Amino acid sequence: MSEVITDAGDSFTRAAGRQLILLALLAIASFVALAVLLGWLSRITSDTQGVSDAVDPLTGTITLAATSEPPQLDSTRATDQVSGFVLGHVMESLLRRGPGTTLRPGIAASWQITDTGATFHLRDDARWSDGKPVTAHDFVFAWRKVVDPATASEYAFFMFPLKNAERINKGELPVEALGVRAVDDRTLVIDFERPTPYFEKLAVYSTYGPVRQDFYESTHGRYGADADTLLYDGPFRITTWVHGAHLRMEKNPYYWDAEHVKLNVIDIPYFTPDPGAILNLFKDGKVATAPLEADTLDNALEQRWKINRFNDGSVFYIEFNHRPGRLTHNVHLRKALALASDSGELVYKVMKVPGNLPGISLFPYWLQGVHGSFRQEYPPPPPRVDIPEARRQLALALDELGLDKLPPLVMLTDETAPSTTQAEYYQSRYQRTLGIEVRIDKQIFKQRLAKMTAGDFDLVMAGWGPDYDDPLTFADLFTTWNKNNRGAYSNQEVDRLVRIAQSSLDPKTRADAFGAIQKILYDDAVIVPNYERGIVYVRDPRLKDVERRVVGADPDYANAYIEGHR
Amino acid sequence: MLRYSIKRLIQGIITVWFIATATFVAMHSVPGDPLLQNKAVTAEIRKNLEAKYGLDKPVATQYLIYMGNMLRGDFGISFTQQNRSVNDIIAKHFPISATLGILAVAFAGMGGILFGALTALYRNRMPDVVIMFLVILGISVPNFVFAALGQLALVHLNAFVGRTVFPVAGWGTVSHMIVPSLVLGLGTMAFLTRLMRSSMLEVVNADYIRTAKAKGLPITRVFLKHQLRNAVLPVITVLGPAIAAITTGGFVVEYVFAIPGLGRYFVQAVQQLDYTVIMGTTVFYGAFLVLMVIVVDLLYGVVDPRVRLG
Repeated sequence: MSEVITDAGDSFTRAAGRQLILLALLAIASFVALAVLLGWLSRITSDTQGVSDAVDPLTGTITLAATSEPPQLDSTRATDQVSGFVLGHVMESLLRRGPGTTLRPGIAASWQITDTGATFHLRDDARWSDGKPVTAHDFVFAWRKVVDPATASEYAFFMFPLKNAERINKGELPVEALGVRAVDDRTLVIDFERPTPYFEKLAVYSTYGPVRQDFYESTHGRYGADADTLLYDGPFRITTWVHGAHLRMEKNPYYWDAEHVKLNVIDIPYFTPDPGAILNLFKDGKVATAPLEADTLDNALEQRWKINRFNDGSVFYIEFNHRPGRLTHNVHLRKALALASDSGELVYKVMKVPGNLPGISLFPYWLQGVHGSFRQEYPPPPPRVDIPEARRQLALALDELGLDKLPPLVMLTDETAPSTTQAEYYQSRYQRTLGIEVRIDKQIFKQRLAKMTAGDFDLVMAGWGPDYDDPLTFADLFTTWNKNNRGAYSNQEVDRLVRIAQSSLDPKTRADAFGAIQKILYDDAVIVPNYERGIVYVRDPRLKDVERRVVGADPDYANAYIEGHR
Repeated sequence: MLRYSIKRLIQGIITVWFIATATFVAMHSVPGDPLLQNKAVTAEIRKNLEAKYGLDKPVATQYLIYMGNMLRGDFGISFTQQNRSVNDIIAKHFPISATLGILAVAFAGMGGILFGALTALYRNRMPDVVIMFLVILGISVPNFVFAALGQLALVHLNAFVGRTVFPVAGWGTVSHMIVPSLVLGLGTMAFLTRLMRSSMLEVVNADYIRTAKAKGLPITRVFLKHQLRNAVLPVITVLGPAIAAITTGGFVVEYVFAIPGLGRYFVQAVQQLDYTVIMGTTVFYGAFLVLMVIVVDLLYGVVDPRVRLG
């Protein structure tokens, strides 16, 4: 068969080859032409910012990448991290965050808090980005929106310290009954439902931010949907928002403290959840910061970049199913599993992400106690691995359950890499130390949530990030009434202690309650703490004074500056 | 021809309806719903949310409402992107995916035809062996590996040259388009090369080629007008499904290169169980692909007069 081709002569092949080359050149030319044509066409629909550098000292611009698009920027409804990041830079509430966990006056210049309520005095020079002043009426309007059941805000519970808020949200009272009123343009008076000593820590949140009524109504339901359907009272304002493609924040000239804001532009032209892509952008000098993972960490070390570490405040743990009828309802079984677990080994030998701290307690290390660190004042029981005791507890459990051998336990987990690594670690560890078989049930996000809510698991890899800067955000997780208590743990003593912490004004009483809760959670083996998450990341060394926060906008660029700028 | 086209279009509409229904059923059979979040909401808020989005009605009613809206062209509002209608998401992001896809298909098609012809011409010699080895790689290595390698190669290229030759990620200029579309088209190009090669080899031994050569036709004319043109036909047939593969493979490239295309929304919607976006993008993609297949079939009838349609 091959003779037919070759004996017609290599001249044929050569001529044909030449034709091919000509065709190839034609193809390349037409490909480029096509690209140019499509590029010209798409220029009509997309925006045409050039490719900028990570850090530009001349213009005071930094460029970042975001992992996802903010769903919307309506402060009364926003709950996710990216929205929190953007809102933290373009909006300001009554208070604002200072260095570390300090709080400073924001839109409010001064205030008084009593056990029945609070009075805030707004500053005269606070303005919206259209020049009009920020008034107390803007806060009243916004807060009513948050509790309004029609808004269906997931963060309505933030408002529950206010009088009638919970009942309004249930639909029992009209929004006007909310315990907040504007005495005049500059004075906001609040009535509490119960004494709320930590109210300052709530009032700093963007959920408590102002919204101007006339502007809100002029957007016809599109408030927070685009850059031009938002008003800004914070250090920056959004000048460009092409969904999923480009978000650009520029310095807000109307901000009352504009003279202390040093950056001019925060530009986000890249939206991708892929950490590898963001790291490549960092290597290429196109973004100012990038997260690192276990596998990219070695690469970063080789490049001799400065590696930064930050504990983002969240805690991860194994949650048990406490519903009667499930094996894990038995406290001895839970204790056996808890005593056989070794969070140190998990963090240092299995996960190997620097920054993660072994889990000791539901309350992470960064929480404040009465005068200093909560962990120092109320030390949790030291973690201990005790296999003989674990086996004894297991024997007790089997005895109580009337079983000879424990049937397999189901461990529910996400399909993300950290979750599966941990699940597999525990599976092999429990098998090895206690002879218990664990079956891993891997589900994607929504399905895992659905199964957790339905109680369709024995153990689940769970976690919690703080909503606000107070131990209560962790303490009330296991109350009987909390919907996030998907293991359905119920303990009257815990419920009682949480109520004390919610309403007492005395910091010592509250801290004692938290300490007692911590002890109960340990004694009753309610959870098995795994780790407190730490992130490692790289950042352009020319960018300084970036604040990392456990709660609120993180990272916080409000006071950041570029070396060599101005 | 006209009657055939109309018949195919009607069949296409039925297919799309079937796709929509199957997706709807699958979506609602999976545990979970768009309103489930890590931070649980109270029962009251949950009730309000369900009423707001119409999720409190029985599934059959929801289906009828949805179908009715769809016929009017209203795909609803996204659950996760709370202020964007699905129509808006598709309208803004599909052109970007389409641009990427068109370039990828053009690259794959032209590359496949040319490389296939080359390998057939130099059969069993060096170019053939090298190219076929690369083809096997191209078919077996998954898309995301090429995307990650491609991006890394760009980083090194830019570092080596000292300035940005091609942007590493992002979208907006012509230079942003080149590398992602090349990466996207690679797998399909490898497949088409192989197809073109075997097609060329068949054609080469056909009687009419021998006749043409015996008749003394100029070599270029034999090659171009007879060999190449006949061998291209199977490639055109495959082009319809190839467009499908490229459109669905676009997600990975969009993910790695931070391109704001529709594929990303499509996959995220499935992960978040965003009902409206899932339905909207699935129906849209389904309709698009059905249309592409019909167009290619009609095109085939035009290119090859021996094929009678209908």
